[in-house]
Amino acid sequence: MATEFVARGQDLELVGIHKEFPGFTAIENLDLKIPAGEFFALLGPSGCGKTTTLRIVAGLEEATRGKVLIGGKDVTASKPHERPVNTVFQSYALFPHMSVLENVAFGLRQRKVSDPLAKATEALQLVELEHLALRKPQQLSGGQQQRVALARALVNRPALLLLDEPLGALDLKLRRQMQVELKAIQMEVGLTFLHVTHDQEEAMDMADTVAVMNKGEIEQMGAPEALYDRPKTAFVARFLGQSNIFVGDVVEENDHSISISCNGQRIAAPKKRSEKHSGKVALGVRPEKATFHADKPDLDSNHNLVGPGEIIDIRFTGVSNQYLIDVPGFGDITVFAQNVGKSPVVELGAHVWVSWKVEHAFGLSDLPLKADNDEA
Amino acid sequence: MAFVALGQGSAGNSSAPKKASRVAFILLAPGMIYLGLFFLTPLVSLVITSLKTASFTGEIGMYDYGFQVSNYAYALDQYLPQITRSFIYALIATLMALLISYPIAYFIGVKARNKPILQAFLLTLVIAPFFISFLLRTFAWKQIFSNESPATQFLQSIGVLAPDQYVIGSSFAVIAGLTYNFIPFMTLPIYTSLERLDTRLVEAGADLYATPVQTFWKVTFPLSLPGVISGTLLTFIPISGDYVSASRDFLGGSDTAMIGNVVEANFFRIQDYPTASALSVMLMAAIVVLVSVYVRKSGTEELL
Repeated sequence: MATEFVARGQDLELVGIHKEFPGFTAIENLDLKIPAGEFFALLGPSGCGKTTTLRIVAGLEEATRGKVLIGGKDVTASKPHERPVNTVFQSYALFPHMSVLENVAFGLRQRKVSDPLAKATEALQLVELEHLALRKPQQLSGGQQQRVALARALVNRPALLLLDEPLGALDLKLRRQMQVELKAIQMEVGLTFLHVTHDQEEAMDMADTVAVMNKGEIEQMGAPEALYDRPKTAFVARFLGQSNIFVGDVVEENDHSISISCNGQRIAAPKKRSEKHSGKVALGVRPEKATFHADKPDLDSNHNLVGPGEIIDIRFTGVSNQYLIDVPGFGDITVFAQNVGKSPVVELGAHVWVSWKVEHAFGLSDLPLKADNDEA
Repeated sequence: MAFVALGQGSAGNSSAPKKASRVAFILLAPGMIYLGLFFLTPLVSLVITSLKTASFTGEIGMYDYGFQVSNYAYALDQYLPQITRSFIYALIATLMALLISYPIAYFIGVKARNKPILQAFLLTLVIAPFFISFLLRTFAWKQIFSNESPATQFLQSIGVLAPDQYVIGSSFAVIAGLTYNFIPFMTLPIYTSLERLDTRLVEAGADLYATPVQTFWKVTFPLSLPGVISGTLLTFIPISGDYVSASRDFLGGSDTAMIGNVVEANFFRIQDYPTASALSVMLMAAIVVLVSVYVRKSGTEELL
């Protein structure tokens, strides 16, 4: 029953969710389990099916096939108002004809909860907006509206809180501030959060678990650190942070590592960090794990070394410098160097060697598409 | 609303306020002159006529200038039933038009939103009656339900009407005719409000445990209120003064006369111009009072 007032978050399970729209498939056989009390982020580019997934959980969209279970109960056939779920909409969807307080009290009134205004005021205190309770939503700034939308959903203590890119419309500073607040509130109230976003930093920053979605399917799922450290597909490697990816045939395979040959130069990756061990394989490394040298360095077999290449672009981004190095046969390699005062003195057009530790390399299960290359 | 927009425009453009106000004045002038000539002049003339006294010579249709306030008391005393009837008919017809128009407007504005061809077709259907003069349309209804028509005979045969009862001439016929004639004026403003309705707010209502019916009354209807208010004003005001439907030449009978019919009779048949003018002035005053109370109560002052 939707009228049940649950104190704790509940788990969400999607079984074989499939969604067809006229002309295209939005979600393909999606299975997903989110444990109770977890902050779960569904990350992907626009059009990947993440918002559709969220709408199916909320009941605003009907799945073509598959089941939705909340707290073990099958709610597939339930109408949105019967589900123990609340949504913070991307557009906030605050009722313009009601005061902020009435907006927040709406769900409580619907469920005939006693003393709705006091509880709504409490929720507004949580988002530090109780002083604006009697204003109309359109008199508030974007960030304040976002917090009202959050309070309006949170006050109902839903088993599951759905967040549909609610921070998308905010400027960077406010977004960071709201991320911190959201995370703090989630820990405080212990609800299950399902957060849909295309902002990879936001997903990694806030979520316990991140699922990267692409073309209606989940490509990889795990803790943010694990996902970042060892992406398994080219899409994940490039969507979650940046990656340098090299493709070549496997020329050597031993107990610890595999090596590919790429234009005569060998690149190795640990075997346990590689998905594929034979044939044509893509190996990658994060730009901040790579360093470059003005002269060819003398490195042991624990390092990969490519070069020489020419620095074709230098970007200053504050905390780091980003160098784009064109190595013949490898394409462009990106290297991040922290601005800690001893960055190598180089200039555009300089010829350098790039190296990284073998243990930092990862092997992908697929090969990058042309389109993915352009993105990077 | 136009005044608010104008005010904000000149306030924002403070660097050249003089110039802006002169432009505004030039733009407003034609409308002001037009209103002055064709609205204010007849109005003043009407008020003067309503206070005239019977001619010294006693000739019918001739009146002298005067200040005979008792004309109003006379008109009120003589025609109170018709005045009351006008407002009751107008109220019922407005409510009927609202009940019929809202679902139509909702369907066109919300349900057919993503089907532009269907939407355009339905809107054309709503406006289609305007393609034919309302006099002709009302007359057509008189023909359809005339005393010897198959429709009337059918209603008599199934017992809806007694053998000596007829449709034309009844209050029902007049109210139905008024409702019918003014439905587009109700449908279009409500459609305009609903067409702008953000359906994500309806989703938010469902998400916050409101059933579709509850969401309608708590979200959709309040947000369409501006359209409902302008629609009811656009129907109630002209219906109160309508004299076609209630006329005995059309759908009315001996005891369905409204103010419009009385005014018409006093002007053109009895030639009692002061009484007719007094009735007109009172009708206008009553509408102004009723409308301002209504708008104040419904909390949409910004419409005025």
